[in-house]
Amino acid sequence: MNKPLRRIAIFCGLLIMALMIRDNWLQYVRADELNAHKYNRRVQIERFAHERGNIITADGQPMTASKETSGSDYKFKRTWNNGTLWSPVTGYNSQAFDSSQLENIEDKILSGNDDRLFFDRTLSMFTGEKKQGGNVVTTLNSAAQKAAFEGLGDKKGAVAAIDPRTGAILALASTPSYDPSVFAGNTKADSEARQKLLQDKDKPMLNRALRETYPPGSTFKVVTASAALENGLYTNIEEPTRSPLPYQLPQSTTPLKNEGTIPCENASLKVALQWSCNTVFGKISDDLGNEKMIKEANKFGFNDEIFTPVRADASVYPKDNRPQNAMAGIGQASNRATPLQMAMVAAAVANDGKLMKPYMVDQLQAPNLDVLSKTQPEKMSQPLSAANAQKVQALMENVVTDGTGKKGAIDGVTVGGKTGTAQHGLNNSEKPYAWFISYAKTDQGSPVAVAVVVEDGEANRGDITGGGLAAPIAKAVMKAVLKK
Amino acid sequence: MSVVTNTTTIGAIDAPSRRNTELALLVFAVAIPVFAYANVGLAMTGKLPSGMLGYGLGLGLLAAVGHLVVRKFAPYADPLLLPLATLLNGLGLVMIWRLDQSPRLIQRAKSAFGAFHPDAPKQMLYTAIGVALFIGVLMLLKDHRILQRYTYISMAVALFLLILPMFFPAVNGAKIWISIPGLGTIQPGEFAKIIIAVFFSGYLMVKRDALALASRRFMGLYLPRGRDLGPILVVWGISILILVFETDLGTSLLFFGLFVVMLYVATERTSWIVFGLLMSAAGAVAVASFEPHVQSRVNAWLDPFACYKTDKTGACEQIGQAIMSFGSGGTLGTGLGQGNSDLIGFAANADFILSTVGEELGLAGMMAILLIYGLIVERGVRTALAARDPFGKLLAIGLSGAFALQVFVVAGGVMGLIPLTGMTMPFLAQGGSSVIANWALIGILIRISDTARRPAPAPAPSPDAEMTQVVRP
Repeated sequence: MNKPLRRIAIFCGLLIMALMIRDNWLQYVRADELNAHKYNRRVQIERFAHERGNIITADGQPMTASKETSGSDYKFKRTWNNGTLWSPVTGYNSQAFDSSQLENIEDKILSGNDDRLFFDRTLSMFTGEKKQGGNVVTTLNSAAQKAAFEGLGDKKGAVAAIDPRTGAILALASTPSYDPSVFAGNTKADSEARQKLLQDKDKPMLNRALRETYPPGSTFKVVTASAALENGLYTNIEEPTRSPLPYQLPQSTTPLKNEGTIPCENASLKVALQWSCNTVFGKISDDLGNEKMIKEANKFGFNDEIFTPVRADASVYPKDNRPQNAMAGIGQASNRATPLQMAMVAAAVANDGKLMKPYMVDQLQAPNLDVLSKTQPEKMSQPLSAANAQKVQALMENVVTDGTGKKGAIDGVTVGGKTGTAQHGLNNSEKPYAWFISYAKTDQGSPVAVAVVVEDGEANRGDITGGGLAAPIAKAVMKAVLKK
Repeated sequence: MSVVTNTTTIGAIDAPSRRNTELALLVFAVAIPVFAYANVGLAMTGKLPSGMLGYGLGLGLLAAVGHLVVRKFAPYADPLLLPLATLLNGLGLVMIWRLDQSPRLIQRAKSAFGAFHPDAPKQMLYTAIGVALFIGVLMLLKDHRILQRYTYISMAVALFLLILPMFFPAVNGAKIWISIPGLGTIQPGEFAKIIIAVFFSGYLMVKRDALALASRRFMGLYLPRGRDLGPILVVWGISILILVFETDLGTSLLFFGLFVVMLYVATERTSWIVFGLLMSAAGAVAVASFEPHVQSRVNAWLDPFACYKTDKTGACEQIGQAIMSFGSGGTLGTGLGQGNSDLIGFAANADFILSTVGEELGLAGMMAILLIYGLIVERGVRTALAARDPFGKLLAIGLSGAFALQVFVVAGGVMGLIPLTGMTMPFLAQGGSSVIANWALIGILIRISDTARRPAPAPAPSPDAEMTQVVRP
C-alpha cells in the first residue's frame, strides 16, 4: 500500500504548494494593486490614521490643522484656520467626500505617503515617533488674502493677485466662500452640510478665481493695445489713431457705442485707454484681424488651462467672424477670462513684457521641516517686448492718475490699472460685472499685480463700474503686499 | 544480541523515542505564541497585556500535560505532531484575542446583538477540552486497532451526526450546526470527519481485495462489481444530499475526497481517482446549477469585487475584503494588531482568520503557517507509511488526507483560489467543535505513530536454535 501512500503524500504537498503559490500571487505580485484598490477602505483609514501635514502661507501661518476624533475608522479629521478665507486655495479634505485642489494634488506629501518621505518614515519607525504628514508651503500672502476677502465682503466675486517678477500667487479669494470644516468628517451632519453647499444657488464651492470665466470687459483693452503695439499698427501711444466716431461694426449696421460722451474720435492710445474708448479698440481689433488677436491673447495665456498646480479653467479668445472679433477687442463678445488670467495680463505688462508662470506652491516640507522640493520661477512667454511693455505701462498708469481708475491710486506708489464693466445677459439685461486689473511698482520692479471681479453689486446698475466697485479692493490688496 | 541500527522510515528495533526533541520543540511552540500575545498588546495599547501571564501559563500547562501523557502512554510517538498543533492552537488564540480587541468588531456586535462577548476565553476553554480529549484518546485507546471493531457502528454514528443539523434552523445560510440549550452550538461535521474515516478504514480493509481484483475492464478502466461499488455510490449520494439540504459544500467535498483517497490507497487503482474527479465535478456542477447559496459563492469567487458595484452586502463583500486584506499585508505584513482585517466583519475570527494572519504577518507569516499545516499532513502520511497494519495505514492516511483537504478548501476559499465554503481552519479558527475534534484527530495520529514506531518485541528465544556463528574478519 506504500506506493499510493507516497502518491497521496505528493498530492497533499501539491495542495499546500498551490496555496503557497496563490498566497505569493496575492501578497507579493498583486499586493500593491490590492492595497490601492478603490474598494479597499484601508487606503482611507490609513490616510486619516495620523496627523496630516499643513498648508502654510508664505509668511508661515498654517491655513489648516488636524483634529483627533473618536470615530473608530478615521482617527484624524482635517480642520481649517478660517476655512472660508482659505478654501479657494486649499480646497477641501473630507473623510467621506475625498478632497480637492491642493489638498488633493499634494495629498501624498500631506498624508506622509510620498516616496520622498521614505527616509523620514523609516527613521520614525526606529525612533518610535508617530507617522506624520509633510507640509505644503504656499506663496500666499495672508495680509493680501485677508484684504481681498474683506474687500469682496458679501459681494459675489473673486480676486487673484500675482507677484509679476516670479509668478507667485499672492492672493486667491472667491466669494461667497465656504468652510470645508463643515463636511470634513463622515457623519450625517457632514453630508447634509455638503448637500446644502452643493444646492446653494450662489455656488459657494465654486472657485471663481480659477474656475469661472467672465467676459473681461474693458480690461481686455490692455491686451488689444498690446496687440496694436506688437504688430506695429501704432508705435507711438500719443499719435492719433484712425478711429471714426461713430464707428460702425464691420459687416453690420450696428454702431459701436461709447459710454457717455468721451473724446474718442481719432484719439491716441493714451486718451483712448484713459477714457476706455470702445470705438478705438473695437477698430484696432478689426484692423489686426482675428488671427493676430488670437495670437496675442494666447501669448498672455488664453486658450490654455493653467496649472498652478491647481487647475485654472482655460480663458478663451475664440476664432470668430469680423464683427464678433471687433467686439472681442473690447472684451465684450465671446472671449472670456478667469480672474487669474487677467491678473497675468497685468503682471506681464508690469514685468516688462515677460510673463512668469503662475504658481502657488513654494516648497514641500518633510515633517521635520526639511525641504523636499522648491518651485523655481519659470518664464511662460513674452507677450510683448520690453519697450512696448513700458508703453502699455504708461497707458495704464495714466488710467489711474487721470482716467477711470483713480480709485486704485496709492499715495507714493506708481500704480497702473484698467477698469472694466462687462455687460452680460441677453441684451445686457443682467447686472454687469465690475472689473479692475492693476499693478503697483517700486524701485525693485513690480511686486504685485491684481485682478478683481465683482459679479453683481448691490448698487444701482448705473453705479456698477470697475472703477467704483473693484478698484478699491485691488488697492487694498496692493497696499497689503506693499505693507503700506 | 547485538544492537541493530535501522535507518528505514519504519522504525523497527530500538528506534529512539525522541521525547526530548518533542519537549524542546514544545518550548518553542509555547514561547512563540506568548511573544505574539505580547506583541499584540504592545501594538494595540502600548503596554503588555494583563492576561499575558495567565495565557502563557495556561498554554504551557496544556502543552506540558500533553507532553507528559505522550511520554507515558505513547513514548514512541512522532515528536512533531504535538508541538505543531500546540503552536497553531496558541497562535489561533492570539489571533482571536486580537480580534476581540477590535473596536470595529465590538461596535458591530453591539449594534447587531446588543452586546459583545469576547471569543478568546471561550476558545481557551475549548482548547482545554480539546487537550483533555487528546489525553483521553491516548489513555483509553491503547491500540488503534480496537477501532476496527466498531466499523459499522462508526458508519451509523457518522451518518447520524451528519443528518442531525437538518433538524435545526440554518445559521447564516448553512445548516451545519446543532444547538444544545445551555451548551451552545456544535458542528457535528467536524466529529463526523474522524468517525467516518474509522468506518472507511474498517470497510476498505475488508473489501480492498474484492474492489481491486474482482473487476471488469471497461474503456481502459477497471470497474468493480456492483456489490463492492455500492457503498461508494451511497456515500457519494449522501455527501451530495448533505450539500443540498445543508448547503454545505465544504463538508461534502471533504467526505468525498476522503473516500476517494482511501479507496485509492486501499486498492492501488488509479481509476478511482479518475472516477472521483469525474463524479465530484458532475455533482458540483449539478448542485451549483440550482442551489442559490452555492451559486452566490461561485459568483463571488469569479468576481470578488462584483457586489461592491451593486450592493454592499452578502458573501461577496467578505471574499473581496479577505483578498484585499491579503494584498494589504504584503510581504512582511502590518504587524500583529496593526492591520485592518476586522473590516471583514462577520466570521473574521472563524472562517476568515487566515486573512488576519495574511494581513498582519504578511506573506512570510502565511508561508510559515502553511508550512506548519503541510508538516502536520506529511507527518501524518509518514505515520501511514510507517504503520504496520492496513487498518492503521488507512486510518492515518484518511485523517491526514482529510486534514489536508480541509486546509486546502478553507485556505483556498479565503484566498480566492476556489469558491468559498464554510469550514474552519484547523486549530487557528474560533470554534469549539473544530478545535476539540482536531485535537482528537492529532491524538489518534499520535497513537498510530506510537504503534508504528514502537520497537518490535524481541523474538522469544527458541531453545532449538543454535547460536548463530559470528564470523569476524
